[in-house]
Amino acid sequence: MIRSMAWLGMLLCLGLGLLFPWSKTPLIMALCYGLASLGVCLLVRAGQVSFGHALYAAVAAYAVAFLARAHPETDGLVLILAGILASTVVGGVVGLFVVRYRGIFFGMLNLALSMVVFSMLGKFYNVTGGTDGLRINRPTMFGLVTERNDYETLLLCLSVLLAGGLGWLVQRYFKSAAGEALAGIKSNETRLEYLGLSAKYILWQAYVGSAALVGLSGALFGLVQGLVTPDIGSWFRSGEYVFITILGGSGHALGVFLGAAVFEAVKLFASAYMTGVWQMLLGLTLILVILVAPEGMVGMLRRKINPHKGSAP
Amino acid sequence: MSPDLIVLAIADGVSYAGLIFLVSLGLTLICGVMGIVNVAHGAFYAFGGYTAASLTLLAMNHQPSTLLLLACLAMAALLVGLILGTSLETGLLRRVQNRDPVQQLLITFAAFMVLEDVQRLVWGTQPYSASEVVGRMGTVTLFNVTYTSYQLVLIPLVALCTYAGLLFFLRFTAMGKQIIAVTHHREMAMALGINARKIGWMTFVLGASLGALGGAMAAPTTSMVPGAGADMIVLSFAVVATAGMGQITGALIASLLIGLARSVAVYLSPEWEVAVPYLIMVLVLLVRPNGLFSVAQARRI
Repeated sequence: MIRSMAWLGMLLCLGLGLLFPWSKTPLIMALCYGLASLGVCLLVRAGQVSFGHALYAAVAAYAVAFLARAHPETDGLVLILAGILASTVVGGVVGLFVVRYRGIFFGMLNLALSMVVFSMLGKFYNVTGGTDGLRINRPTMFGLVTERNDYETLLLCLSVLLAGGLGWLVQRYFKSAAGEALAGIKSNETRLEYLGLSAKYILWQAYVGSAALVGLSGALFGLVQGLVTPDIGSWFRSGEYVFITILGGSGHALGVFLGAAVFEAVKLFASAYMTGVWQMLLGLTLILVILVAPEGMVGMLRRKINPHKGSAP
Repeated sequence: MSPDLIVLAIADGVSYAGLIFLVSLGLTLICGVMGIVNVAHGAFYAFGGYTAASLTLLAMNHQPSTLLLLACLAMAALLVGLILGTSLETGLLRRVQNRDPVQQLLITFAAFMVLEDVQRLVWGTQPYSASEVVGRMGTVTLFNVTYTSYQLVLIPLVALCTYAGLLFFLRFTAMGKQIIAVTHHREMAMALGINARKIGWMTFVLGASLGALGGAMAAPTTSMVPGAGADMIVLSFAVVATAGMGQITGALIASLLIGLARSVAVYLSPEWEVAVPYLIMVLVLLVRPNGLFSVAQARRI
């Protein structure tokens, strides 16, 4: 049932994007937010929230920008891969340290690291362009030289495919032995260790995966906007990723995309009809969801589909 | 660095430390007692600052004395703490008391988003300030360096008095002892007949007022602009995490450390100014994973 909804969602994204060209950018943005939150969701599964994961989006986006400026002929696909590579490497190294921490200190350490990078991106004008950021000229995509419209269509198709594929992969991971062990960190870490599993190693795997996913989103973000500014790494952005994860629910990989869709829709609606209060609307939405449906939208959906069973699709 | 610059950096650092100490004190108190990392604390700071600026503007119509202006600052803190603190605690936090910590954190984040827009609707986007009181209080000269007495004397004095007052309150009054009891073990405290609900509300209002007091004290020397709360909240996170959750004396020392390091960075290499507090925090947490002054906690099974 949930799987068919995911297919429907992917088709809807493509259909909307092709029918209404203006909707392409918001759709890609929503998918980017969804992909990043998918990464954050991995950690929320283990009961850990990172208030600094925008760091990896920034690392990937700036890697894309540096590479694209140094070698303008590089294909968009290569740029994205380079961005993911950069964020994965940074995530791997940082992960070695932060997996020793739990709860508040895990969140705070991530926050501090992202703040260091964020402030340096804004200050070292010669390298990063300061708060004005760096421009990325439109690269070739799959070897094709494209106009803006076709370029966005290609990016949209790519994002939809990636979102579907990675969502499926992450859901498979949740159901695998490693994924169940990850959820075990939240419920009882001591017992997990008694089973002979290393909680740190399991969390490290998830951390690297989450860094890669957030990095992918950052790289896509940079390409669709054609501009990278330090804002992509601000703590508030990290908060928005966690926001979407909780809004959608971490029970199923589809949740983050539902959350991202609502997030972007509220933003669009507010910017059209109620300028200046989009944050308030978003905040109220989240408060409502937390109070009414603690398991997020996906939890609500599950109860509708299957009122007798507690979990498991 | 010339001797004058060193004195100037220390003066800057001490006055800045006083402000971040007031804000972090509120944050660490709420965190210690309720176990909630309150992101909305940044909004208390901002609302405190804006309310102080508005009250001062209002008072300026009636040729106020300096004392009245200072009273405006204190009033602003108390008002914001009582109104915002009470509504947030009873309206939201009480409802998610036994939930997952992630959800508790996120509900304060959502409240922060809402309050940021409320603040923008009420005060708009132009900067507000209450600089009158600084001019009235004159300057002091310390080793050839002239500095405003508001920043060099009043802010550190208020911070120290708050620190001493809070310690006295927690150690020697019945209410304070009840707060500590709830911090240590909520269920046990309730079994002993302590009204944990009331204590929770008290602590939250107290913490919120401290955050607002930080904002109110900052309003005369900095201009309040949208985003001020967001900057302050991450900085006080750094102080609280460096010190260790719920550590009051720790927060004082960590504020001084971070305030001084930041002001030295301003004079030596300004690019590092914003990064320095977080670098300190990362270094401290790498060596002491639960903060500088954390105490060993009994494991609960």
